[in-house]
Amino acid sequence: MNKISESIKRFDFEDKISGKAIYTPDVHIEGMIYAKTLRSKVPRAKIVYIQIPTLPEGYFIVDHHDIPEKNVIPVVFDDQPIFATDEVNYIGEPILLVVGPEKIVILEIMDKIIIEYQAIQPILSIEDAESCSAPFIFKNQPHFVKYEYQKGSFYESVKCAKRVISDEFRTGYQEQAYLETQSMFATYDGHTVCVQGSMQCPYYIVESLKVALGWDESRIRVIQMPTGGAFGGKEEYPSLPGVHAALASIKTKRPVQLVFERQEDIQCSTKRHPTIIRIESYIDENDDIIARDIEVKSDGGAYAGLSSVVLQRTIFSIAGCYNIGNLRVRGTVFATNNVVTGAFRGFGGPQAFYAIEMHMENMANQLEADPIELRRKYFVKQGDTSSTQGIFYDPIVLDLIADEVIAMSDFNEKRLRFKSEKLKGIGCSIFYHGCGFTGAGEAELIKPSVRLKKDKSEVEIFISSTEIGQGVLTTMRKIVASTLDISIDHVHHNYPDSRNCPDSGPTVASRTVLIVGRLLQDCAIEMKKRWNEESFDIIQNYVYPSHLSWDNQIFKGNAYPDYSWGANVVEVEIDENTYEIDVKGIWAVYDIGTPIDSKIVKGQIEGGIVQGLGYAMMEVLESKAGKLSQDTFTTYIIPSSLDIPPIFSKLVENPSTVGPFGARGLGELPLVGVAPALASAVQQAIGTKITKIPITPEDILKEVQS
Amino acid sequence: MKVNFVLNQNNVSVDVEHSNRLLDVLRDLHQTSVKEGCGEGECGTCSVLLNGKLVNSCLIAIATVEGCHVTTLEGYRNTKRFEAIKKGFEVSGGVQCGFCTPGFVLAAEAILSENPDPTTAEIRKGIEGNLCRCTGYQMIIDGILAAKNIGKGLW
Ligand code: FES
Ligand code: FES
Repeated sequence: MNKISESIKRFDFEDKISGKAIYTPDVHIEGMIYAKTLRSKVPRAKIVYIQIPTLPEGYFIVDHHDIPEKNVIPVVFDDQPIFATDEVNYIGEPILLVVGPEKIVILEIMDKIIIEYQAIQPILSIEDAESCSAPFIFKNQPHFVKYEYQKGSFYESVKCAKRVISDEFRTGYQEQAYLETQSMFATYDGHTVCVQGSMQCPYYIVESLKVALGWDESRIRVIQMPTGGAFGGKEEYPSLPGVHAALASIKTKRPVQLVFERQEDIQCSTKRHPTIIRIESYIDENDDIIARDIEVKSDGGAYAGLSSVVLQRTIFSIAGCYNIGNLRVRGTVFATNNVVTGAFRGFGGPQAFYAIEMHMENMANQLEADPIELRRKYFVKQGDTSSTQGIFYDPIVLDLIADEVIAMSDFNEKRLRFKSEKLKGIGCSIFYHGCGFTGAGEAELIKPSVRLKKDKSEVEIFISSTEIGQGVLTTMRKIVASTLDISIDHVHHNYPDSRNCPDSGPTVASRTVLIVGRLLQDCAIEMKKRWNEESFDIIQNYVYPSHLSWDNQIFKGNAYPDYSWGANVVEVEIDENTYEIDVKGIWAVYDIGTPIDSKIVKGQIEGGIVQGLGYAMMEVLESKAGKLSQDTFTTYIIPSSLDIPPIFSKLVENPSTVGPFGARGLGELPLVGVAPALASAVQQAIGTKITKIPITPEDILKEVQS
Repeated sequence: MKVNFVLNQNNVSVDVEHSNRLLDVLRDLHQTSVKEGCGEGECGTCSVLLNGKLVNSCLIAIATVEGCHVTTLEGYRNTKRFEAIKKGFEVSGGVQCGFCTPGFVLAAEAILSENPDPTTAEIRKGIEGNLCRCTGYQMIIDGILAAKNIGKGLW
């Protein structure tokens, strides 16, 4: 094992195990008051009027009138307001805050506020949006974005096809269900506003505050607090409560705490995109796949948010781990009056790999081929081009990964045996995750930088990457200490504060170890050269690798700076009375390059797999008339300790040329492949196709009876 | 109403509405290891020991706590047993975001004080009411298994 992979005690361990870590809801300072958000109760309407009762002394309303500059949250398109002004577009959209010292009084005031709405016909599904003629939610069109790209000569090649195998799949919403709800805390000293809270991306909030307030950065400060889970749900969403808390603090000149209730959090924060995905494979007379036609439709909810970027990842990933010469891929994100969808671990990847891997499974069944061997025939290799025609420069070891997962799980033997054993099944998936921002995003949008400071024998790390449980406060120290060849006790690293940390980019896209870690390594190499100087600072900026290229207009080139790879096998048995799925085991093999800390890696793997298991078979979340039906932990069911199967995981060694010490991205990968492997196993067990996730006992019953 | 109870071996007396949740009373008493994850008895982040039994403090009306012993991690962390559980979690890697952790530590105490030598299945059952969204549970289970060996004789 590489020295750096040896696990050490996490630096945030002592505070967390002893309950001393102070999370945002735990902050209590002199004079602090509370804010609560009044939200739309209807999916789409004009606000005719708002009637506010007389407020007791010390209580305030904060709404769009209190925004000094621009009522918008800047994401990709500037379409989402901070507070609704004269119309609302989803249930849960913020309209105003009630702020004051007593929570009970705040609730009484909220009860007395009367809002008169004039309903507008809402658009409540992808199908609604497709057939809608107006009024549209976004500009003059039913969608936020519509993309298409091709590879090879799609139209020519389909003419040579002898047959077509096609599938259509549906995936559902998924809620991040971090255990700490969205929480923010703001202070204002007459000059500077400071927002502290639960977040993944401090600089997204800095940017949002700049836009809302029209202030320059010297009057804005954002600090991450210990954060009780995030999983993408604290990527773009916290900008909204972050700005809300800031506006409340500026207006009242008091410290303001804004903490969501669980039900509120589920109802109105961002979710994983529901999708409808159609795949057609064109086959020649030798049963070879010569072309694929793929169409993805997703529900973006009422505002564009990150939906365009999520869709890009779905449509780039949906070719899977296969080198198919001719592709046509189309994707649309529709605007609906449902909750806004956004970032969630995997970021469009889980939907893509669910669909393509189920399609491969269905093809194998139809062609009477072995499911892994059929895949193997098309595995991408070093030197091949990706779906977007970028060259894979580094070695790809999918054959090894497949061999390992077959051996560990006894796949071949069980697959054969379960053909004759009732209600038992085994399935597999092969998948990847593109690490880092899409295309040239790292260089053009993010422009990350990192800072290292030396003071005598002590070194301090300054980056904006956040500790969200994934171990940043430990892994980054390891990278720096190992590079400098000094004891890790001399390397210091705190939760990010925009005052002294440069923008290293958001903590997303499995990019932190890969991109930020590599920058820190490069920075430490420079520092080492000057080690005899007593005290100095170094800032290292990202440079786009010269062998990569990306054209964002036609989606051509290297879609990601690096990739990590994996395979899953899932074995199930279906209860003959209840149709419940009993997962007997999950086997997982990954190429994440060199692990930076084996225990942290194991934690990411097991946590990701269990979240993927929830996505595949437990976490039902449906929107009915614009309202999510499962909005508490009683109705939205995430895995508990009784739901987890035995998990066997293994890493193959294939160091990255991009990441520090050969490491690749990891955080998202383990969630990505679970659903298709599980769904394939269920299909084998019941002998019929299931075309949606999550798979519930009711779905199985329906299939078995039909 | 006035309610008297013993918090981490100290007598306390609070003057609150009888329907106030134990969770809020404890947090007002600066017991911030007691978290609110759901407010409806589903997640276990608000776990405390009430007369030695694991309960969700969000479901307990303060009036029913009169005369009881309440233990939070703020008190429990000063014990030898805590040191064993801590070591167990360190070895297993059972802590990620940490928001669920105080609840799991107290759940571990509840399991081990009932049965110093629990099986994996008994541990799973014992932490059933505590949700963790980060770890996938196995590393927490391993932490409790490690703790029972490290702390042999303490329970
Ligand atoms: S807050 Fe009490 S169980 Fe979730
Ligand atoms: S460690 Fe994050 S919820 Fe358990």
